[in-house]
Amino acid sequence: MDRTTPRILMCPPDYYGIEYEINPWMKRAVGADHGRAQQQWALLRRTLEDLGARIECLEPVRGLPDLVFTANAGLIYGSSVVLSRFRHSVRRREEPRFAAWFDAHGFERIELPAEMYFEGAGDALFCGETLFAGYRFRSDVRSHQWIGERLGLHVLPLELVDPRFYHLDTCFCPLTEELAIYYPGAFDDYGRAVLKAHVPRLIEVSGDEAASFSCNAVVVGRSVVLHQGAPKLTAALRANGFRTHELCLTEFIKSGGSAKCLTLRLDGEEAAAWRRLAWASAGP
Amino acid sequence: MTKTDQVVAGSAVEEVEVRGHIIDSLLLPKILDRVLQMGGQFEIKKCEIGTRRVDPSHAVIAIRASSPERLREIIGDLLQHGAVPVHTEDARTVAADLPGCFPDGFYSTTNERTEVRIAGRWVEVADQEMDCGIVVDPAAGTARCVAMADVEVGMPIVVGYAGVRVMPSQRARGETVFGFMSSEVSSEKPKAIRQAAVADAIRETREAGKKVLLVGGPAIVHTGSAGHVARLIREGWIHVLFAGNALATHDIEQALYGTSLGVSLSRGEPIEHGHEHHLRAINTIRRLGGIKAAVERGVLRSGIMYECIRHGVEVVLAGSVRDDGPLPEVISDMLAAQAAMRRAIRGVGFALCIATTLHSIATGNLLPAWVKMACVDINPATITKLNDRGSFQTIGIVTDVEPFLRELAEDLCGS
Repeated sequence: MDRTTPRILMCPPDYYGIEYEINPWMKRAVGADHGRAQQQWALLRRTLEDLGARIECLEPVRGLPDLVFTANAGLIYGSSVVLSRFRHSVRRREEPRFAAWFDAHGFERIELPAEMYFEGAGDALFCGETLFAGYRFRSDVRSHQWIGERLGLHVLPLELVDPRFYHLDTCFCPLTEELAIYYPGAFDDYGRAVLKAHVPRLIEVSGDEAASFSCNAVVVGRSVVLHQGAPKLTAALRANGFRTHELCLTEFIKSGGSAKCLTLRLDGEEAAAWRRLAWASAGP
Repeated sequence: MTKTDQVVAGSAVEEVEVRGHIIDSLLLPKILDRVLQMGGQFEIKKCEIGTRRVDPSHAVIAIRASSPERLREIIGDLLQHGAVPVHTEDARTVAADLPGCFPDGFYSTTNERTEVRIAGRWVEVADQEMDCGIVVDPAAGTARCVAMADVEVGMPIVVGYAGVRVMPSQRARGETVFGFMSSEVSSEKPKAIRQAAVADAIRETREAGKKVLLVGGPAIVHTGSAGHVARLIREGWIHVLFAGNALATHDIEQALYGTSLGVSLSRGEPIEHGHEHHLRAINTIRRLGGIKAAVERGVLRSGIMYECIRHGVEVVLAGSVRDDGPLPEVISDMLAAQAAMRRAIRGVGFALCIATTLHSIATGNLLPAWVKMACVDINPATITKLNDRGSFQTIGIVTDVEPFLRELAEDLCGS
């Protein structure tokens, strides 16, 4: 495997289910179909592998149904990871599992001070040299400020104002260092102004397509993997030179997560400037 | 109580700090907007902008609201946006172990409005005065300034800076001469405007039910201005007088002999044996048992001191090492004089200091910063000294005192 092979952390949905309700999407009464969830996850994995990604698997744990959402394990920055500290106690039990995996795989763990909440790549996404960070529902803004100072990063916190889009990765997805998709309704005027000022090109996602989690997409090279049913967005992506891979991820959307939530890019997102710079400094 | 005081006394203030990329992320403007939307006010106390793109910025903002409850709501909201209260600790106290001494590390006060945090509550420090300590009454939940000499063993004295905050002065910038205090001192300033501002301040003070303090030196008498001051007292514009032995002596000398330092105030020439007059005046008063007795006996029948006695003006005469006599009312124990002045400044809303350096500075040291002062002196150094010692609420008027007082008396009492 060379350094340019995308590496993605996933966790099989062996114990996935809706066992509690911590966002507006989760309805225990509705539940998730276990068999269908397995198939949908397997197809996502295969799609990513077909795109050249190497999938690393976290061992699933009984009683931790949301461990499948590996995007919330932490924030990857080079060989470091800022470990998540979940807002809800039901998910806090995932933290030692993620920590153990990062330890075993050579990441330098960075832990937040007590009393701060931060939910990893779910709420912190690089676009170029800037780390865009969502706050209010899950992560708190002080954690973003702390991370900015600890890692010496330019961090722009964005308030999330619609509880349906409780993580930044449900309403914002950087595609390259200069291009991102976003759903304007998830932000207030300040947040929209910040995005417009700091992302050179933005593609707006409509309310109905955002509600089907189309912003929660995985980017591998010039390919975008997302939940099906966003024709306007996929047309816009194709017009910008991207291939789109539309999958059915309904069982996970019942928990408020889609393709992106089910993955954690370990070698740096495509849009993160540090990834490109790391290659450049590593030489041929 | 002035309008400004009411706003301050009825409101609650908390300082918060916010750091990070608060400019680029629009967090700072958002926080400030939210304060206003929620009915609060803010004052940016400090704002350091990062120089490079990755450098964080840092701001300290004082948030003011109409009530502690409203303030709590605003602070609770701002917490969501990363603004955190600066002070989270109670003030720490140490019991005084020696009389007349503060414990090591004591908090040294300024003349600005100060609050201490006692059991989670911010409490305004009473008797605000610079260069003091703060003594706390934990049971009553109160605090006040205490001078070093007044420290008694066992007093809980505030130490360190935690849980102590100095409140922003509410200065109505640019609205009046006093609104924008300037330490610029020059004889080349338009005096009429400043004289009118002093008259207005005196009127406002009296209307607000506060006291006007006159701090005066003997040049008032030497320059022939005693009559103007007597008139101001007679018409109820002066309520407290701070002076030394000299002002009272030469005022009485004038009343008894028509001279000041032996110079005839009607002819402007030295009188034969005139140099003895001030000492004879002192002796007369001492023989009668004091100024008040002299007035009651009908010996002293005019002048500043006479009007003070007649109109119940509170007088503190503080002595000095060069005093002749002194007059019986002069307090020659400096600590006792300081204590008497400290008692008398309570309720003072405006201080007019005329032609005296040491008494003006002493008064400036005692007054809290929100009590306005005007200093009138022919010597610019007096005003500069006041400002340099922290009494920055002073406006200075460099002028001869006689024309100033004549115009002031005409302005307030009519021509």
